[in-house]
Amino acid sequence: MLKINNLHVKLEEEDKQILKGLSLEVPAGQVHAIMGPNGSGKSTLSYVLSGRDGYEVTEGEAHLDGESLLDMEPEERAAAGLFLAFQYPVEIPGVGNMTFLRTAVNAQRKARGETELSSGEFLKEVRAKAAELQISPDMLKRPVNVGFSGGEKKRNEILQMAMLAPRMCIMDETDSGLDVDAMRLVSEGVNALRSPDRSFLVITHYQRLLNHIQPDVVHIMSNGRIVKSGGPELALEVEENGYGDLLAEAG
Amino acid sequence: MADTALQTKVQQTPEVAGAPKPAGALDARLAELTLPQDTLAAARQDALSRLREMGLPGPRDEYWRYTDPRPFNAPRPTALPLSGAGDSPLFGTTERLRLVFVDGVFDADASDALALDGVEISRLADGADWAAGLYGTLEAAGQKPVRRPFAALNTGFATDGLLIRVTGKPARPIHIIHRRGSAEADAMWHHTIRLEPGAELTLLETGATGARSNGVIEADLGQGARFHHIAAKRAGDAKTGVAHIFARVAAEAQFKSFSLAVGGTQMRHEGVIDIAGDDAVAHIAAAALGDASAAPFHHDDTIFITHGAERCESRQVFKKVLKNGATGVFQGKILVKPGAQKTDGYQISQALLLDEASQFLAKPELEIYADDVKCSHGSTTGAIDEDALFYLRSRGVPHARAVVFLVLSFLADALEEVEDEALRSEINEALDAWLTDQAAI
Repeated sequence: MLKINNLHVKLEEEDKQILKGLSLEVPAGQVHAIMGPNGSGKSTLSYVLSGRDGYEVTEGEAHLDGESLLDMEPEERAAAGLFLAFQYPVEIPGVGNMTFLRTAVNAQRKARGETELSSGEFLKEVRAKAAELQISPDMLKRPVNVGFSGGEKKRNEILQMAMLAPRMCIMDETDSGLDVDAMRLVSEGVNALRSPDRSFLVITHYQRLLNHIQPDVVHIMSNGRIVKSGGPELALEVEENGYGDLLAEAG
Repeated sequence: MADTALQTKVQQTPEVAGAPKPAGALDARLAELTLPQDTLAAARQDALSRLREMGLPGPRDEYWRYTDPRPFNAPRPTALPLSGAGDSPLFGTTERLRLVFVDGVFDADASDALALDGVEISRLADGADWAAGLYGTLEAAGQKPVRRPFAALNTGFATDGLLIRVTGKPARPIHIIHRRGSAEADAMWHHTIRLEPGAELTLLETGATGARSNGVIEADLGQGARFHHIAAKRAGDAKTGVAHIFARVAAEAQFKSFSLAVGGTQMRHEGVIDIAGDDAVAHIAAAALGDASAAPFHHDDTIFITHGAERCESRQVFKKVLKNGATGVFQGKILVKPGAQKTDGYQISQALLLDEASQFLAKPELEIYADDVKCSHGSTTGAIDEDALFYLRSRGVPHARAVVFLVLSFLADALEEVEDEALRSEINEALDAWLTDQAAI
């Protein structure tokens, strides 16, 4: 599904290398977690994959289902099936959550040559999915993320994920700022979306999220590269001992 | 052709070699105009005297530094071909009293009858007893401390307009529909509105008028009255215009004005609000969108709010979206007089520059003579928020559509000042359509 090979990325405006030869493969249907200390390049990886400005790929490639991601505009990557759940979802006053979501869903359908959803079809679907995530009709009507609590913002991200039905979901520290109940809700939302033809890349600082969203593989990232990969037990090891030993061992 | 009354007032200014004298410009301007002999003749004469004292503005005039007064001073407007566009689709489904003005002149055949429960309406030419003591008085009061020569010119020479006295709470808004009739028209209209205590009125305005236009609205709000003015000026007509609104707000009354301007060449919007009674509220907001790619775009909001009573609230929200070398100007003042305690004054002016060629010039002013007040002002100039743009695009929203969303988002605070939710969402949808594919507004 997602194949990243020897990715080197620097900041566009300064001579600072962030990713230094990162390689990673997430097969269809799997959940991979990336853990790593602050500044290891986890968020940069999510931004580069989804096409944010400000980064320059100096070497390497990234493919989604065989299509090269790095040449595409962000909206083309989305239509190709990539989704990034933001660590800090952006507030957009004056633009209704529903209007935004319907525009996004139909723009993607249009880009893929599918028929657009009528407003009736859209409403029916969004109401059902919002109810599952305990998102009130009032939240749907409000401007995008405006006045939402931290938990509501993250649930709204999962609602967008559910409506857009991407094949490859990247979650950038979705657990940050969530209380226990919100984390459970968000995780249930994600688990409900797990399927054999959908993959997840879950970036997190803490093992706790991985109790709720069970990963198939855990990667440890440091200094712009994956330094160790293993099963879920790797996350437990980090939780218990910190990164020190692991990083020393990886050299 | 000037009429006799005017001729007697005209005094030639001595010729001096060198720079053109403003008074000479005024003579040239007045030579094109005729002072109407109607029931308001005395007020018109007074206005002409005020204008003579002031003269026309020059580039050194404090409040004309950022806006070139020459297109307004010129004796005749530059001809502007008719665009052939029909009436604005805005407010078309709202139950309202439709009153059509062609280049500032009332078109009775195209309008509904001048009848609405709780309202007395007549044309300037027909006069009204109550109006004789009001027409021109708010404009005259608004000349101090900042002179507004084009408003005085308008009071003197307005060719038509409405005298509206509201005694109740009419079930429908009044909708003034502006249309263009000729490519050379120099439209000058003046509405004087009196809201009796407790009365309520919503006034809607759409369309475009004249090759050049000069509009004045005077609104006198009695105790506890509520006046809501919503104007949406037509896109696409590259014209010159100055629009004034003068308001006097009595105790517990509420004044709200929102105007939207899309396109236009050189526009000046002046708002002068005198909050005269305790516990009154005055909000004035505007959104202007300009693209200077086809013709220059210059939009100027010059606002003056005076707090003269206790526990009053004022709010100024001004937003401009500028593109391809467009210029926006905001000059906004809050004056709190001695004794106007517990004043709550707020002012924000913001520009969204869609490129580096556009500019925004802002001059916020506060002048406060009371010691227990809350006044704040802010002004920002910025580009599209890259984080928000990326967020939208990452969801599959195409770049152009994402920019439209962010422009609407930027304007949202100003649109919030349209109280009626249905009208507000109608304006928002019209703006969306205009931003997306230049659909008419």
